[in-house]
Amino acid sequence: MIIVISSSKPQLESLVDRRFGRSPWLVVMDSATKQWQAIQNPGAGHSGGAGVAAAQCAIDHKADMVISGDFGPNAANALRGANVGMTLFANDSITVQQAFDDYISGRLPVYP
Amino acid sequence: MKIAVASGKGGTGKTTIATSLALSLVGLGEIGYWDCDVEAPDGHIFLKPAFSRKVQAVINIPQIKEDLCLACGKCVEVCQFHALVNIGTKILILSQLCHGCGSCTWNCPHQAITEIPRPIGMIESGLTDEGIHFSRGLLTISEPMSTPVIRQLKHENKKEGEGESIVILDAPPGASCSVVETLHGADFAILVTEPTPFGLHDLRQVAEVTKKMNIPTGVIINRQQTSYPPLDEFCDHFELPVLLRIPFEFAIAEGVAQGETLVKMHPEFIIHFQNIFETIKLAGIDNITGKGSA
Repeated sequence: MIIVISSSKPQLESLVDRRFGRSPWLVVMDSATKQWQAIQNPGAGHSGGAGVAAAQCAIDHKADMVISGDFGPNAANALRGANVGMTLFANDSITVQQAFDDYISGRLPVYP
Repeated sequence: MKIAVASGKGGTGKTTIATSLALSLVGLGEIGYWDCDVEAPDGHIFLKPAFSRKVQAVINIPQIKEDLCLACGKCVEVCQFHALVNIGTKILILSQLCHGCGSCTWNCPHQAITEIPRPIGMIESGLTDEGIHFSRGLLTISEPMSTPVIRQLKHENKKEGEGESIVILDAPPGASCSVVETLHGADFAILVTEPTPFGLHDLRQVAEVTKKMNIPTGVIINRQQTSYPPLDEFCDHFELPVLLRIPFEFAIAEGVAQGETLVKMHPEFIIHFQNIFETIKLAGIDNITGKGSA
């Protein structure tokens, strides 16, 4: 499955960023192939609709699941509409890799 | 002649000034008062109009004809406000983000978009006892966008009130889109401020806006108690005439809190406001002949 995680920098060792729409980077990871890439978050520089821009980016990258600190109502509606799941990390002092591992081992809460 | 009353900072006395200015000019022409502070209109508390006409304020949002839509994503690409999302098989509309600009409708290569009105507020109008043509916009609670309501308020009034020779526009606070929309087409802007660092900070922002819009501008300093030299220096430097200083007085605050107007409490201000109007008329003539602040 394709998992997108909001990140402060473009590496797996980077700390996650709790903001979905305005995190500087989105890290796209494929759990099957272990391949990953970091994408500049198109929402980061927008004055409005940042969450939706980030959601569109995740949808365009065929995400099955997005992991972040929180989701605004517009971003959540967009992701829900595209059947992309949402998961929250409990604290933002973990790395992208840890968030990924925590999710795979079922230790992260699903967004309501 | 349209005179906008704006301020930058909230709570400086825009409505206090705007309502008393309107009352002072009764008899000098047909007076219109347009309350453009649609998120929190309060001019009616002072001018007490009898509302006789109500129309819905709407914004036109896209509606997708799914049988024609190929989910090509052109509409998503052109939308500057991220109000549309392409989920691969179809387009989702996030209507609260839509500014109603119509770009998606224009650019759809398959004519799959029509527009439907979405109510976001009301436009209400009526006469006051003094014969002022009062109207206001009222944004529905939870709606995020006030600018389309202001635009429609001005449009409706344009259709209605050709007879109004003097219009007072009561602007919202701040210096953003809603203020720009209110100022658009104004012949003069009165910026109400207070002699505090906060008042000056926000005055500076809105003065930049009126300058950029080429609107002749003057300042009214409200609640003047002690002098605040940086404010006077700023007005000097930017060549903003100080039209009036209203002293700080507890009785005025008390009266305003009870819905009294400044000129009811202090009729001597009527002549001040009439003089300001004369100054504004001259500024307008200067502007037309190219000698103004433009």
